[in-house]
Amino acid sequence: MLGITKTFPGVVANDHLDFSAEKAEIHGLLGENGAGKTVLMSILYGLYRPDAGKIRVDGEEVHMDSPATAIRHGIGMVHQHFMLVPSLTVAENIVLGNEVTRSKVILDTKRASEEVRAFSERCNLKVDPDAPVHVLTVGAQQRVEIIKALYRGAEILILDEPTAILIPQEVEELMKAIRALKAQGKTVIFISHKLREVLSICDRITVLKKGRLVGTVKTGETSLPQLATMMVDRQVLETFDKKPVEGAVVVLRVEGVQVVNERGLPALKGIAFDVMASEILGIAGVEGNGQSELVEALTGLRRVKGGRIFLNQVDITAASPEQRIRLGVSHVPADRNKEGLVPDFSVMENLILGSQGEEPFAKRHMILDYGAASSYADGLIADYSISTPSKDTPVRNLSGGTQQRVVLARELSRHPKLIIAYQPTRGLDIGATEYVRGKLVEMRDNGCAVLLISADLDEIRALSDRIAVMFEGRIAAVRDPKETNEEELGLLMAGGKVD
Amino acid sequence: MTEGEEGIYRENRLPSRLIAKLRSGLLRMLPQVVAVVAAFLVGAVVLVATGYSPLDAYATMLTGAFGDVYGIGQTLTQATPIIFTALAFLFSMKSGLFNIGAEGQLIIGGFATALVGISFDGLPALIHVPLALLAGALAGGAWGFIPAILKAKLGAHEVITTMMLSYVATYLTSYMVNYPFKAPGWVAQTVPLAPSAQLPRILPPTQLSASIIIALILAALTYFILQKTTFGYEVRASGLNPLAAENGGINVKRTMIVALFVSGAMAGLGGSGEVMGVHGRFIDGFSPGYGWDGLAVALVGGLHPVGVVIAAVLFGALRSGGMMMTRVTHVPLDIVIILQSLVVVFVAAPTLIRYLLRWREPKD
Repeated sequence: MLGITKTFPGVVANDHLDFSAEKAEIHGLLGENGAGKTVLMSILYGLYRPDAGKIRVDGEEVHMDSPATAIRHGIGMVHQHFMLVPSLTVAENIVLGNEVTRSKVILDTKRASEEVRAFSERCNLKVDPDAPVHVLTVGAQQRVEIIKALYRGAEILILDEPTAILIPQEVEELMKAIRALKAQGKTVIFISHKLREVLSICDRITVLKKGRLVGTVKTGETSLPQLATMMVDRQVLETFDKKPVEGAVVVLRVEGVQVVNERGLPALKGIAFDVMASEILGIAGVEGNGQSELVEALTGLRRVKGGRIFLNQVDITAASPEQRIRLGVSHVPADRNKEGLVPDFSVMENLILGSQGEEPFAKRHMILDYGAASSYADGLIADYSISTPSKDTPVRNLSGGTQQRVVLARELSRHPKLIIAYQPTRGLDIGATEYVRGKLVEMRDNGCAVLLISADLDEIRALSDRIAVMFEGRIAAVRDPKETNEEELGLLMAGGKVD
Repeated sequence: MTEGEEGIYRENRLPSRLIAKLRSGLLRMLPQVVAVVAAFLVGAVVLVATGYSPLDAYATMLTGAFGDVYGIGQTLTQATPIIFTALAFLFSMKSGLFNIGAEGQLIIGGFATALVGISFDGLPALIHVPLALLAGALAGGAWGFIPAILKAKLGAHEVITTMMLSYVATYLTSYMVNYPFKAPGWVAQTVPLAPSAQLPRILPPTQLSASIIIALILAALTYFILQKTTFGYEVRASGLNPLAAENGGINVKRTMIVALFVSGAMAGLGGSGEVMGVHGRFIDGFSPGYGWDGLAVALVGGLHPVGVVIAAVLFGALRSGGMMMTRVTHVPLDIVIILQSLVVVFVAAPTLIRYLLRWREPKD
């Protein structure tokens, strides 16, 4: 790819970028959110047309006008969001578009399934061809996507942030699969903003920043700090200076709480813990051990079947979400677009969500005061450096990091007693991650109790005053971050016993 | 910035902000305007193909709808009930629900109004009129409330329940005016309302009544509620993203229930207006499908109260102008239905319109 340029209204997404990948190479494409990685690869896959620049595949210049053209030239792409039909089986999804038929009319599902089984074994990617896609884990769905691309003859496979949605074990499997593909002579382009991953698997790494090419380096000749500097212009902060905790006032007390999930099965089995003022309690654990149910029980979105929840000695077990907000519970949800923000609302409207019925934003709890909301929004936009064209811009149009700043600004400026932060940095780039973490530490230093629930062990270890490991709806153990290590935590997260 | 400068700044700001708002409003309406133009162009093709002159037909239609006081009166009379039902649909849409039962809410509202209108005699109009309107709003609201409760408690989908309740309203009132409340004579209708419960005609000799004033007030009120009140904010938040709304402490179920009640009440008031202003009594089958027209008009109006009023006037004009067209040029009235449908089709196909406008949608 030579001199690729692509502009969108108001942004230069790709600015004269050169990019090349060799046969049988794992090539990392590294950069912060909005650096132009996905745009560049979407151009290669024919989803966008570049304003300028050329694409050559095996030396031959190709005019990529559609994904069909890209597929014909042996390019496949696995998107962050899967493009699978959930109700169809794995085999049906894979052959979709090139259906195996009898006399060109009747679908031959049996032969399709056998073919897919044989094909997946050849690629060393294990899937059950007859399982409907919606019952598969995220990792397995991703394998289906990869097989689909290979089945269509992909020689160059683009993986867009493939690990963002995977649990650690699945990441390991994916890495193995990628190495196997390389051994078969395939080229893999691995888009990511996670430094360690890129370093551990790629042969060469190309770094982008704000649509520009920073450089391409060989993995053996670079290091974590160098890559980080290339990405962000400054060293990454890995540790935070925290003020020592004075005294121990319990803010949140959870006593034997039990809840059931959507299917009526117990998700929390008598979980119990305390969070003190000026403390960050990190809850580590593999996703699916009751974390989201815990958050919902604490915010009032899920009914508690047993046990009690106290906030500053007040029993809030039966309080409504609104009452809890009034009492000082703030919530930074895992999925800001689904749970934290109303994407079609303006920045200002999102900033007053949860306070829309309160003074000064509502007169007599009824009529909205846009004047008050407007100056409040101006203040927060300045305080939290929310980079938005205006406070009336729909948050849909903002980048992920900026959206998270909107959520933080709203939740932290309410003078909370307790902050529930659930995966607060998921999908954010280094700069934004650092900002979010810094804010949480700042709130803790100011006397707030912070409950940090994250699947990212590095994050838990960097921020927590105490680490509680969650396993199957209970707290398996509590550890001091200074006196534990990754292996011990990993073992606890997997349900193992440590003496 | 000094105080004086700020003052000047403020003075400059207001008109320029107004202009900007107007411009963005017009821009918002552009796809709708293009849809209407496209519908008339395709309609012209149909007219030519069937051997009529589209120019003649459209010219007579325009004169019929807006050419004289009578035409304007008829246009607005036809537009009035559609404003109510379109606002009803708009309001439910904003809360994330599809209330497609405005037809039944309008009918049941009209019937409740008629009952109040014929039951009291000798009340001053100042009390009787609001009372009759209130009855219509409450009855329509109840017809919206039932599906809302069914949805909140049992998860029954409101598209099914609101539509089914429409049939209940139609046949229930039909029974009522064919048997218990039937006025003497051949027609299935109630006796006339007491004069104290009738809305004045404001443009005689046309049927245009004060109901249109209520409709316009309701449109303004809808805008105010949705944009300027806490309740409206909660309705919009619940409609756009119920999960985030719930996280923000909004009781989404309760908000939706109230919104569907308000929506039904709006349609019910439309029925009241017809009964009190146009017919002076409840007549079986008085609505030729105002509820369904309201759905189309809300979409053509871009789900904005101002757009709704404009689109309703357009639909009213098609009806009243269409009658004139049929009388003068002998073009069958069906062309009006074709035109209405084409407008809806073009509005419902925004991609097509964008293509017509050569708007390149930036991919995200």
